[in-house]
Amino acid sequence: MRIVLPLALAAALLAPTLAAAQTADSEPLPPRSLDLSFQEPYFGLYDRAALQRGYQVYKEVCSACHSLNRIAFHDLGAPGGPGFSEAQVKALAAAAKVPAEPNDKGETYNSSGERITRPGIPADAMPAPFANVEAARAANNGAAPPDLSVIVKAREGGANYVYSILTGFGQKPPPGFKVLAGKYYNPYFAGRNISMPPPLTDGAVTYSDGTKAAIDQEAKDVVTFLSWAAEPKMEERKQLGFEVVAFLVLLSALLYLSYRRVWRDKH
Amino acid sequence: MSGNSTYQPKTGLTRWLDSRLPILRLAHDTMTTFPTPRNLNVWYTFGAILTFFLAVQIVTGIVLAMHFLPSAVLTNGGTSSVAFDSVESIMRDVNYGWLLRYMHANGASMFFLAVYIHMFRGLYYGSSKAPREILWILGVLIYVVMVATAFFGYVLPWGQMSFWAATVITNLFSALDQVVPHMGGAHAPGIGTMIAQWLWGGFAVGDATLNRFFSLHYLLPFVIAGLVGLHIWALHVPGNNNPLGIDVQGPQDTVPFHPYYTVKDGFYLCLFVIIYAFLVFFHPDFVGNPDNYTPANPLVTPPHIVPEWYLLPFYAMLRSIPQKLFGVLVLFGALATLLFVPWLDTSRVRSMRFRPMMKQFFWVFVADCILLGYLGSQEPQAVWHLGGIDVPLLWPARIGTLYYFVFFFVVMPFLPLIETPLERPKSIAEAVLGTAQPQAAE
Repeated sequence: MRIVLPLALAAALLAPTLAAAQTADSEPLPPRSLDLSFQEPYFGLYDRAALQRGYQVYKEVCSACHSLNRIAFHDLGAPGGPGFSEAQVKALAAAAKVPAEPNDKGETYNSSGERITRPGIPADAMPAPFANVEAARAANNGAAPPDLSVIVKAREGGANYVYSILTGFGQKPPPGFKVLAGKYYNPYFAGRNISMPPPLTDGAVTYSDGTKAAIDQEAKDVVTFLSWAAEPKMEERKQLGFEVVAFLVLLSALLYLSYRRVWRDKH
Repeated sequence: MSGNSTYQPKTGLTRWLDSRLPILRLAHDTMTTFPTPRNLNVWYTFGAILTFFLAVQIVTGIVLAMHFLPSAVLTNGGTSSVAFDSVESIMRDVNYGWLLRYMHANGASMFFLAVYIHMFRGLYYGSSKAPREILWILGVLIYVVMVATAFFGYVLPWGQMSFWAATVITNLFSALDQVVPHMGGAHAPGIGTMIAQWLWGGFAVGDATLNRFFSLHYLLPFVIAGLVGLHIWALHVPGNNNPLGIDVQGPQDTVPFHPYYTVKDGFYLCLFVIIYAFLVFFHPDFVGNPDNYTPANPLVTPPHIVPEWYLLPFYAMLRSIPQKLFGVLVLFGALATLLFVPWLDTSRVRSMRFRPMMKQFFWVFVADCILLGYLGSQEPQAVWHLGGIDVPLLWPARIGTLYYFVFFFVVMPFLPLIETPLERPKSIAEAVLGTAQPQAAE
């Protein structure tokens, strides 16, 4: 009888280590680990400059195919975000063309069948590159580019995964691996055949703060930006969390002392 | 709620109230002077912790419901839905909406963690045995309604895992097609399919399903609150069991609930809430599935559909049975079995502290539940490589499922025939004040 418990516990503890994943050529590699400031779970905040550069990468590269529906221009100036000034936010919004509301004749399309647009205002969401998912699919070889608003939270591995995908192109497939027509080899993607062409190149953007725009830098910047887009209240959350935990620890100490005092003659 | 009341109204107003609605007397008798065994340990603080989490879930849930829109209508050019958008809007636009949602989502996990500890504690100390059978059964009913509430709640954000969990669980009923393949006419659907369609409000999980699940998700917590009222009532008639499992014999064995247990429960509640705060503020998506941040898409099945962690052991049982109807029966049988525990355990000794053999079977049972939980989280075709031998996880899941039922239907009723219990102390006071420690003291 005495042996049953230790054996059962040992089995329960060993189980995860024994369950080695099967490796095949089409199995994705585990994502590469980043060490960006915001990834530290307790005090890590976003790097403001990286957020601004990341927005530039999104706008000049990603936004050609990917929407960012849940982010409005004024979010770019909100606390805990990229920290653009009010004037900058207005200018960024005004430079964007957003679908216009019906004009005084009730039209949303002009005589040549094009969607009527107007300059954006800070309350506008980022305009999407395609009108609907069917249009997105038709323009992209059958694979609709996903919205990027919560992409970092929607993928196992989060920021590390998105970074690994962005920097995982250009590797030689293992011998015998079949890269499908119209697809690209990316060892971090499930099945390793990805529909997205390599999006980043050295010098794809020109950073105004003088940072050298290598692929790795662009990927880190845009991953920082997309992490913020997925979790825009992260800084508020961590700061409030510190205060709440500090309060609870103090309260626990007081409750413990009360507990000892109330019970001192009962044990 | 029972026994002699010691409440003495002191003012004119409280005397007036006491002769009309003795609600202050009720509060006084149940929360202040209630005689409570003096030897309750940390595992007995989870009742208070569970009450706290029920309140947290109801309060955060009511505010979330003010902002949530239960509609599966597509938005953003067909890539999202009104429900998914409203959850993201809560996270971004509602003041402290992120806090409410993370408290609610992680609060469910803490609620289940606490209820499992509470249930294992009840099993270990024999708290279901006479005269507390109804107390135990009410607890099982609370747990079952909690499971249903959590399931409905998980569907609401209308992410991929929401949609597919709803599809998998409601489809369990279609197993009943094997019982009645055609309801009226050779071309009519089976009874299981009819039940599933009735639950869906259509021919698949969709907008109507989301709406009714929201309605039920809002309703059931109040059913739980009512059952909790009965559970506490049923507790206050026989009084608390205790780690020795022996009856209270007199005032020397008890202390008043307040301040002794209010302060003890308060302290341990605070420690538990610190763990909760770490999840909410620093690891808010730790218990979540990333797939649920992808809007529901009926055309794309996720490669790996899993329920939330607290339902994984039952999921492992379901998947370990190849025959669908039998698997569903095993799943629901595992829950229903709990109702009969007061009569399955035939030992006259309540506490496993004095049951040297049962104690070991109990800890194997705990390990079995954890193992089943782990197996439920793995891919269905997963394999263990044990020194060159490939063991499909199906087999440990089957053995784990078998042990679950063996524990209740073989060990519990028949072990007392061969087990010699240790000698129990004569009274709680004697044990606590140290004149005679139990031999197997932990």
